[in-house]
Amino acid sequence: MITYIVRRLLLAIPTLLFIAACIFLLLNLAPNDPMAQVPMTIPPDVKEKMREALGLGQPLHVQFLKWVIQFFWVEPQVFFDYLFNTSFSEGKQRIFSWQTRSPVMDIVVQRLPQTLWVVGMSYIVGILIALPIGIYSAYRQYSVFDQVGTFVTMVGYSVPPFFSGVFVIVLFSVQLGWLPSVYDTLHEVVDWETFKYQFRQMIMPVMVLALQTTAQISRFMRSSMLDNLNQDYVRTARAKGLSEWTVVAIHVLRNSMIPVVTVIALGIPSIFGGAIITEQVFKVNGIGQQLINAIYANDLPTVQTITFMFAVLIVVFNLIADILYGILDPRIRYD
Amino acid sequence: MTDNVQFSALNKPNNKWLDVWNEFKNHKGALAGAIIFVLIVILVLLGPFVWPYEANGINIRIRNQGPSLAHPLGTDQLGRDTLARIMAGGRTSITVGLTAMLLSLFLGTLIGVVAGYFKKLDSVLMRFTDLFLSLPLLPLLLVMMLLFREPLSTSFGPEKGMFILIVVSIGITSWMPTARIVRGDVLAIKEREFILAARSIGGTDTKIIFRHILPNVLSPIMVSATLGIANAIITESALSFLGLGFPPDFPTWGRLLNDAVDYLQQFPERVFWPGLAISLTVLSINYLGDGLRDALDPRIRGR
Repeated sequence: MITYIVRRLLLAIPTLLFIAACIFLLLNLAPNDPMAQVPMTIPPDVKEKMREALGLGQPLHVQFLKWVIQFFWVEPQVFFDYLFNTSFSEGKQRIFSWQTRSPVMDIVVQRLPQTLWVVGMSYIVGILIALPIGIYSAYRQYSVFDQVGTFVTMVGYSVPPFFSGVFVIVLFSVQLGWLPSVYDTLHEVVDWETFKYQFRQMIMPVMVLALQTTAQISRFMRSSMLDNLNQDYVRTARAKGLSEWTVVAIHVLRNSMIPVVTVIALGIPSIFGGAIITEQVFKVNGIGQQLINAIYANDLPTVQTITFMFAVLIVVFNLIADILYGILDPRIRYD
Repeated sequence: MTDNVQFSALNKPNNKWLDVWNEFKNHKGALAGAIIFVLIVILVLLGPFVWPYEANGINIRIRNQGPSLAHPLGTDQLGRDTLARIMAGGRTSITVGLTAMLLSLFLGTLIGVVAGYFKKLDSVLMRFTDLFLSLPLLPLLLVMMLLFREPLSTSFGPEKGMFILIVVSIGITSWMPTARIVRGDVLAIKEREFILAARSIGGTDTKIIFRHILPNVLSPIMVSATLGIANAIITESALSFLGLGFPPDFPTWGRLLNDAVDYLQQFPERVFWPGLAISLTVLSINYLGDGLRDALDPRIRGR
């Protein structure tokens, strides 16, 4: 098991470097000039200096190497300094946003809590709804509950978040006026009233994201339960005279959860992708909105860094899913 | 006479597609999905020929109207008929969906068959597929839209250039699941006796692939095709919704939804129609794919 984990960890490094190179080349080889928006009145020698200041004069591989060092070496040092009040990163070049002239990571750290709150909460809510639905639909296969559940998950699968989000805004904010349509990130929770407001403004974005999670996971939970319900060990458990609850909740559920847990881990990166759209709909100023703004403003360092952070998330959670699978199910350990 | 009937019944060729159709017919959701999808396609293809209003016909005197007999879905802020725009938008969205699906299917099948059939290339191609699967697709699609919009628009015209860009970028970011499934099936079929027989009579690799392998992996390809259309339609709408898709005066469902969001306070009903069109199309395709998977694979029937 240890060798397997180590091998997977080592394999993740070239994967990440390849993705970093892909993103870097895509952004830098594209026929696109970050200086295109600069006014014509600026003299050419000043323009040349600006170009150098942006690091555009050097050959591609040097630019790439610098970016990799900044991302993997300097930025972690900054983080370390922040945690322990040391000064390793002093005087070192960080990744700067062209748009705001401040380090990209500082903005990311400001934006990340909003995204994590909304995305994390919706994922937890989605899982909590999905698991019971999946379990019960499988237990009562072809019942009315199962048919309705299948239909609802199909709808949740098919309705894109940019429509369900706008739809709930129309319904609950515009028509009924129950919930605020814009997520206010400056809002601080100090007492019961502000907590209630925070709760109310989180309902819609969380529900919209949770709908998709629920659709995928409950479907998966159902088929995983169905695979196990007809197995011999279930018949044995029943024959031993165990109560139905023990059979389903202890024996079947524990075995069915193995693939579901990995699917839950694998789904975390994709929900960040979905958050890009949901944040745009509800005007949450999270990391997804920062990415969209950077794309509109042609701010390549920010786009590069955030896109790469999404890639890191995907690779890390793939790794976690693989390792979890090995830990939970000893039959498929790879060593 | 009786003998004759029995004889012919015994010798009746067991047509696989007839079996599939019989199974498919019994799946009510899938049948409904297929009918609705075909109706939507007919509506958006033939509708603009019958409907008297142009999608871009501006008539400022009748702007912002509610539903009426002349304009069943009302008009927008420039007096354009919403139904005509939904039909025109559907043409674009479904064309993008079909074309992008074909491209991704072609890439996926090519890589899957090559990886499954030629052992030397297998690990390289599968590593490549894994790498593509760990790319953050939506951010990358947005970046591609940003970077290649201008050059393609200048060389092919704004609409055609954008069409090529969207189709190609969706195609090259969605072939991976198809490749994986096709590879798995090819690996299994390659070991069967009829492939050995074909090889022993001197069949070349190309001939074996086209005559024996491809027809046998058709079912997973068809299922990925349906899911591919749904995925491509949603992705295109998402890009248009974020304002990075087709130019503003060119209607697609995502674009119409995006335009309607600006008038959310005054005319909330306007977001409903394009959103419903996207959701209904994708829902019907998903049901179609679900039924097709059940019908094509007897092992998972009833799941």
